[in-house]
Amino acid sequence: MKAIRTRGGVSVRLDVRTAVVVVTLVLAALVASVVLIGTGDFDIPTADVIRTLLGNGDPGQEFIINDLRLPRVVVGLLVGASLGLAGALFQSISRNPLGSPDVLGIGQGSTAGALLMIVVFSGSANQVAGAALVGGLVTGAAMYLLSWRGGVHGYRLVLVGIGMNALAVAINGYLMTKADFVDAARAVVWMTGSLNGRDWDQVWPLLTLCAVLLPAVVMHARPLRMLEMGDDTAYSLGAPVERTRVVLMGAAVLLTAAATAAAGPVSFVALTAPQLARRLTRSPGPNLVPAMCMGATLLIVADWASQRAFGADQLPVGVVTGVLGGVYLLWLLVTERRAGRI
Amino acid sequence: MNRLIADDVTIGYDQRVIAEKLSVEIPDNSFTVIVGPNACGKSTLLRALSRMLKPSAGRVLLDGQTIQSLPAKQVARTLGLLPQSSIAPDGITVGDLVARGRYPHQGLLRQWSKEDERIVRESMESTGVAELGDRYVDELSGGQRQRVWIAMALAQQTPLLLLDEPTTFLDIQHQIDVLDLCADLHEEQGRTLVAVLHDLNHAARYATHLIALRDGKVLAEGAPGEIVTAELVAETFGIKCQVIDDPETGTPLVVPAARKARVGA
Repeated sequence: MKAIRTRGGVSVRLDVRTAVVVVTLVLAALVASVVLIGTGDFDIPTADVIRTLLGNGDPGQEFIINDLRLPRVVVGLLVGASLGLAGALFQSISRNPLGSPDVLGIGQGSTAGALLMIVVFSGSANQVAGAALVGGLVTGAAMYLLSWRGGVHGYRLVLVGIGMNALAVAINGYLMTKADFVDAARAVVWMTGSLNGRDWDQVWPLLTLCAVLLPAVVMHARPLRMLEMGDDTAYSLGAPVERTRVVLMGAAVLLTAAATAAAGPVSFVALTAPQLARRLTRSPGPNLVPAMCMGATLLIVADWASQRAFGADQLPVGVVTGVLGGVYLLWLLVTERRAGRI
Repeated sequence: MNRLIADDVTIGYDQRVIAEKLSVEIPDNSFTVIVGPNACGKSTLLRALSRMLKPSAGRVLLDGQTIQSLPAKQVARTLGLLPQSSIAPDGITVGDLVARGRYPHQGLLRQWSKEDERIVRESMESTGVAELGDRYVDELSGGQRQRVWIAMALAQQTPLLLLDEPTTFLDIQHQIDVLDLCADLHEEQGRTLVAVLHDLNHAARYATHLIALRDGKVLAEGAPGEIVTAELVAETFGIKCQVIDDPETGTPLVVPAARKARVGA
């Protein structure tokens, strides 16, 4: 832990290891992005990809890169970052590594909204995304209200969330049985989480949301650290306990719902990214920025794997994140258990 | 006027009233100990005094102002509380945990000044955990952990410090250890301490001001030597006993009556 101080009395705390992890993850995400852009039915050499991204490519490659592949990658980065950040927020607020938005039913709530739009109204892609956003927000609000009893407590939040998840799963199951063949196929692809065919229309709303929410989250990151020691301790240290929780839960729900609206319920990123990030930084606390960078890197690498391993567009990215994330988390838990630490 | 006063407060949870129209003054520079049977409202009173519980009637005054009207961080720079249960975040080191006590003195642009560093070091030295700085909190023994939490509360640098049952779950050696530490904080650093304790004899030994509470009412308050009598113990805890002089300190020592004597009575 290093402190940077100026003569004016400004001091900023910097954990060197965390900074190194963040920089490394950002670089990894960028490299993976460039590789991913070069990958597809029509492979483009890395040098050409970089030249085109810098604005000096030939027109043919420019179309493929700037109009087809770049937006997909940017959506992937944003979705991964949003899910990683939302996961870190939720896990910190619920003080439980399982308290991530995909376990708590936010993702399923978004899915319910999307399925309703697909099956009942046969809505357009944008309408489906909008419905997914609304579904996630409604689930998040219901969860907060149901777990509220003079303050929201970690355990109750997790249990209520699991209840909401079960409810949403049931609704989704019902909607699927009512769907005709075409709608059902569309719904299944959506439900797995996929980045196929994403364009700039998905980028802007997500980017705007991240730009608005990130400062709000950063402002409350310090009180969130205090909240990890229990409400009483946080309160006695003068942290605004309930306000921090409301603002950050709201931000996390919005991020999850928006990410789900853009790419479908990509599983496991929100659950694993914060855990992986904290293993790397070895620092206590919510590890918000590392989790965000980890989420982005994870999703892009998973998307690359889903294209490379099985041919372009063969496999939705959600399948890969599920497999990668699940296996890695299991491996971590098993090895850490041996080391005596959970 | 004393710095911390509960003025005619009614406190409780939801609909359940724990104490009605309770008035308590914490004498400045005292080591005040609150005793009473389980569920008498002592922890509730401590929560009200520390702003954590808003009285449904009456008010808690800190430096003459209603405590709820003061900004949270300002209160946290004047009054610290060591709650009964705190959670040590996974994988946090002693040094990092103690450093978190500086929160009310910090801001977005003032995250870690030289002063913060010095005070954290001093807090760890005066609680005897300085050499544990790089250890993980979850590896420590119960007694060490309690010292670390006290160090964190000290780093908050508050003239008033409230402790909710700081000796619970500790063996006798560590109980004495923690109480000695409290006495040091009171005598050497001149802080006003308020603690809830279960053990009457510990309370009588260490307190300069004792408050006996039952059913949300103050039965007696004052120096232990003046107020601890067999009658008061019987009235407060409903138990027959003798009060003798503590052979070590001369403070009152409560010796419960033998089983036969109690049954016979």
